[in-house]
Amino acid sequence: MLQEESDLSLIIAQIVQKLKGSNLYSQLERQAWASLQRPEIKLESLKEDIKEFFKISGWEKKLQNAVYSELSVFPLPSHPAAPPEHLKEPLVYMRKAQGSWEKRILKSLNSMCTELSIPLARKRPVGEQKELLNKWNEMGTDEPDLSLFRPVYAPKDFLEVLINLRNPNYENGDSLSFRTHLGLIQVPLKVKDIPELKECFVELGLNTGQLGIDDSTQVPPELFENEHVRIGQKVLAEQDSAAAQQYIRQGSPTALRAELWALILNISSEPEDVLYYEQLKTNVIQHDLLVDSLIYKDVKLTASNDDYYFVFEDYLYQVLLCFSRDTSVLSHFAYNSASPPKSYIRGKLGLEEYAVFYPPNGVIPFHGFSMYVAPLCFLYHEPSKLYQIFREMYVRFFFRLHSISSHPSGIVSLCLLFETLLQTYLPQLFYHLREIGAQPLRISFKWMVRAFSGYLATDQLLLLWDRILGYNSLEILAVLAAAVFAFRAVNLMEVTSLAAAEAVLADLSTLKVMPLLQIFLFATVT
Amino acid sequence: MSRVLVPCHVKGTVALQVGDVRTSQGRPGVLVIDVTFPSVAPFELQEITFKNYYTAFLSIRVRHHPSAHTPAKWVTCLRDYCLMPDPHSEEGAQEYVSLFRHQMLCNMARVSELRLILRQPSPLWLSFTVEELQIYQQGPKSPSMTFPKWLSHPVPCEQPALLCEGLPDPSRVSSEVQQMWALTEMIRASHTSARIGRFDVDGCYDLNLLSYT
Repeated sequence: MLQEESDLSLIIAQIVQKLKGSNLYSQLERQAWASLQRPEIKLESLKEDIKEFFKISGWEKKLQNAVYSELSVFPLPSHPAAPPEHLKEPLVYMRKAQGSWEKRILKSLNSMCTELSIPLARKRPVGEQKELLNKWNEMGTDEPDLSLFRPVYAPKDFLEVLINLRNPNYENGDSLSFRTHLGLIQVPLKVKDIPELKECFVELGLNTGQLGIDDSTQVPPELFENEHVRIGQKVLAEQDSAAAQQYIRQGSPTALRAELWALILNISSEPEDVLYYEQLKTNVIQHDLLVDSLIYKDVKLTASNDDYYFVFEDYLYQVLLCFSRDTSVLSHFAYNSASPPKSYIRGKLGLEEYAVFYPPNGVIPFHGFSMYVAPLCFLYHEPSKLYQIFREMYVRFFFRLHSISSHPSGIVSLCLLFETLLQTYLPQLFYHLREIGAQPLRISFKWMVRAFSGYLATDQLLLLWDRILGYNSLEILAVLAAAVFAFRAVNLMEVTSLAAAEAVLADLSTLKVMPLLQIFLFATVT
Repeated sequence: MSRVLVPCHVKGTVALQVGDVRTSQGRPGVLVIDVTFPSVAPFELQEITFKNYYTAFLSIRVRHHPSAHTPAKWVTCLRDYCLMPDPHSEEGAQEYVSLFRHQMLCNMARVSELRLILRQPSPLWLSFTVEELQIYQQGPKSPSMTFPKWLSHPVPCEQPALLCEGLPDPSRVSSEVQQMWALTEMIRASHTSARIGRFDVDGCYDLNLLSYT
């Protein structure tokens, strides 16, 4: 039909425009020029011959991966009459709520700035620059005085904002009626129920082999594991992103995981990327930001205290400090409901030529932010590759966990999905917890905001993040949260206070993720 | 296909409700919006665009003038078009929508009036409507020009003189040159949208406080 054709050509035009600015474009151009020397390229059929050459030499596959990557990340082009804010977030009241939340964060940061009399940013004197350069690989040994700094916000502050989110056009009566939601989230977003989730996560079913279940010591490897590893090696040899994403839904073998994730996220380690990381490092050396102290404090409070991740402390600084200076992250704000904070050069308030974003990447870290990076340190040891993987994971997934939006993978939808699953399939447990004043979301919110990082054992966490990449969605976090409650339901029915409920669910490090998910989705009698 | 905005007058919404508005408890689930075109003659409707606000289903009726002699009559051109897949949830609630001529059930030539019938069966919403309604008619086709005689009736080309054996065929050379010219034009026309990556202004990143606007 006319409409679909014009939609398709619009999508194609958008992707072409985006790819034109990328490294791949200049590489393809270089390859095309170089190929002119080859005897099989004839002048009269130039276009077809070069296309054939690209197909044979594997460059077409790289282009295919780049296009697939763009399609996964960017939303479809919207209606021509829709303004850019509509692409960030279609619902007006959510945009407003995100705007007021951001204002609160800015006020908090500004007041910290004036109280401590520390500038938002300053250029480091040469001596300090030299010192930092020498200490780059061991910034963890530094013990600056961070006692006056406090995190800008913690997940529980954000939860309070979400609890108070209201649609002005919705019947929010004071009296309890069929309209009131029994959980904490009061906005009527569309969430999937278990039959829809079963359809969506069909590869997690009982009849399909899974890493995390069918690779345990009791199961002979010939049944599933050996074949799965073989297929994984084949997928890597083919270098096909889409195939890798399909493959990883059943889990990734430990030896292949780093390469598979890089293939799915379309990260290649070209010299330009290493150079870009070095450029960011130079930016860190030259300018000191207030945000750096927040990062230091966060790492010291969270990752350094964690048994699994404290060894990676130095890596975390190297990644997060560079992340704050990376202006390429600004492009994700086109589809993120959040907006980057703005500031003006000292003395030039109001002049648009002197307006800048602060921090340069527009992302203000909160308490626990460093836990998004920590698990990746197990997979990647080279700082520039680790950095690229984290950045891509952030602009694809993690940003949705701390901004207010109606997207199905946004934190609001995840919370509502969790509460709805619990109410529908464990109504007695939900009622009991609500009666004792222990709303389940108050306990599970922190798990979902951190994508379970720091709560699960690392090998289990990586199996979970395999599925996030495989399904290109964060809904699995809400399903796992509900599955954990289902698993500990017997104990939870006995508790009589929020503190006791928290205690039952305090330690998740012994849980096996995949059996829980499989039982909750496919083996629970409804 | 070009399109031209038609100035229209959107009358206020009228709620259709059974019983007395003041005494009944529920809210109306059906609204009617009339759209007239006071200064325009009956035209061919090309496209309708609007922003939805919590309307679940849309029907459209047009007042149709089939020809100068027969009287105008009302015809349903769209029946129960779904704007919100689940009327109780937010999906599709504030989306921008375009409806085209080829989606309509009847011929859209010579339209003089429009009636939009909005339905929202869910009792959860306080109000519903459509906003930013815009009607488009077909734009003018490219005007026909009379070509000079030598363009429209070219002289049959003469047979070119036979060239010596060693030279390449001129028509092949000209097609190759054309292809290369096309490629160079494409390269010249394209420009990258790559970012530079600088976050400071002339090396300076000394900031005041964060700005709230």
